[in-house]
Amino acid sequence: MTVSTMLSLLSQGFVTSLLIFALTLLFSMPLGLAVMFGRRSKVTPLRGFIKAYISIMRGTPLMLQLMVVFYGPKLLLGVTVPGNWRFMAVIVAFVINYAAYFAEIYRGGIESIPRGQYEAAQVLGYTKAQTFFKIILPQMVKRVIPAVTNEVITLVKDTSLAYVIGTVEMFTRAKQIVASPNTPGMLALVAAGVFYYVFNYAVAFAMEKWEQALRYYR
Amino acid sequence: MAVFELQNAKKAFGALEVLKGVSLKVEKGEVVSIIGPSGGGKSTMLRCATLLETMDSGTLSYGDNVAAREENGKSVYAGKAALAQVRRQFGLVFQQFDLFPHYTVLKNVCDAPISVQKRDKAEVEAEAMELLDKMGLKGKENAYPYQLSGGQQQRVAIARALAMKPEILFFDEPTSALDPLLTGEVLRVIRSLADEHMTMVIVTHEMPFARAVSDRVVFLDGGVIVEQGSPEQVFENPQQERTREFLKSYRETSGAQA
Repeated sequence: MTVSTMLSLLSQGFVTSLLIFALTLLFSMPLGLAVMFGRRSKVTPLRGFIKAYISIMRGTPLMLQLMVVFYGPKLLLGVTVPGNWRFMAVIVAFVINYAAYFAEIYRGGIESIPRGQYEAAQVLGYTKAQTFFKIILPQMVKRVIPAVTNEVITLVKDTSLAYVIGTVEMFTRAKQIVASPNTPGMLALVAAGVFYYVFNYAVAFAMEKWEQALRYYR
Repeated sequence: MAVFELQNAKKAFGALEVLKGVSLKVEKGEVVSIIGPSGGGKSTMLRCATLLETMDSGTLSYGDNVAAREENGKSVYAGKAALAQVRRQFGLVFQQFDLFPHYTVLKNVCDAPISVQKRDKAEVEAEAMELLDKMGLKGKENAYPYQLSGGQQQRVAIARALAMKPEILFFDEPTSALDPLLTGEVLRVIRSLADEHMTMVIVTHEMPFARAVSDRVVFLDGGVIVEQGSPEQVFENPQQERTREFLKSYRETSGAQA
């Protein structure tokens, strides 16, 4: 296998990794907001349920969660999900896992905002929705960016876990190249590492730019 | 008709009774100062008046607008829409200013009139610029709160409250977070509002100021109004022992004449 064939195979895998990454962020970041509201709800059963969900998501390996989501319908319910369930299961598992972490990050941000902000908004007559979207959310975003950056970077590396249910992303490709005869095996692993690193470098760079853009106020 | 009327307000936090039946009526153009020791119920009274706390019992109204009536010895608050109407009647200036840090000075002042009162943007902005000028903040409209001194921030907060055109303005210890120099600049602004007969209720520890600016001084201690009257009456000839003690300890610690 030539180096260019190897890189081409890795690139194909990388597209899948990128798709897992993008779809996970797209769904888990807003879902995390909803989970955060549930976690802060005055309705005790809802809050209890959300707390248990977060606890399980944080307390068990993502690799295990991937397997449960993928094999669960078949093994537990005897149902075969139509369509490309393998890939969908990856997205579902990643989204529910990351939403739990994002929810807790958002909660930390929300709870660090002084009560005076809510009271000033209330006295000025802002509705609850206006208060949240105009006053609280922008300040929360600024406060949580460093923690969210950590999480996003972890996600880039976590996409490799999708191999456990046979999704052919970049890490799977790298392993296949290593295992096949007459291939520059070590080189494939290094190249995969470079892909991850460069991607994370870009992520960190973009997040830092965003942080800087919000430095106009304190 | 009184601009503001609180009757027999009672409020307890758990077993702690903070307000034990406080009544206060403020007429249009009146400036009322509320003095008294910390923990005496001043802030709680103000928070009940501005709907940041709910009373256990008592009534609350602003002109014709009833915020809370009493039924079987308990306060019953009006519905959401009626309370929104009540909130248009008053403004509140906080001890910690509580400006919105992500908004410029101008947006802090203009946003609520535009997005809550749905008033015309250009008109609100023109009024805001005048208000800022009056507060001595000309040229600061594009600054962010963190770029201002505490005294400037508090003056923005006063402008923000005034931009809503309230019937009555409440101040919760507006200078307690400020050093003496900055205190002076904020008090001058409040004083100029008093000269224009803005209806105001001011919770303050600045005795000389309370004396100079108020039509009426209310001494609140232990959850009740112990004494009230003209500044001369309360400061020079207090009738109640608790008032005398409070003013005496104030004079001893501050060394000031009040």
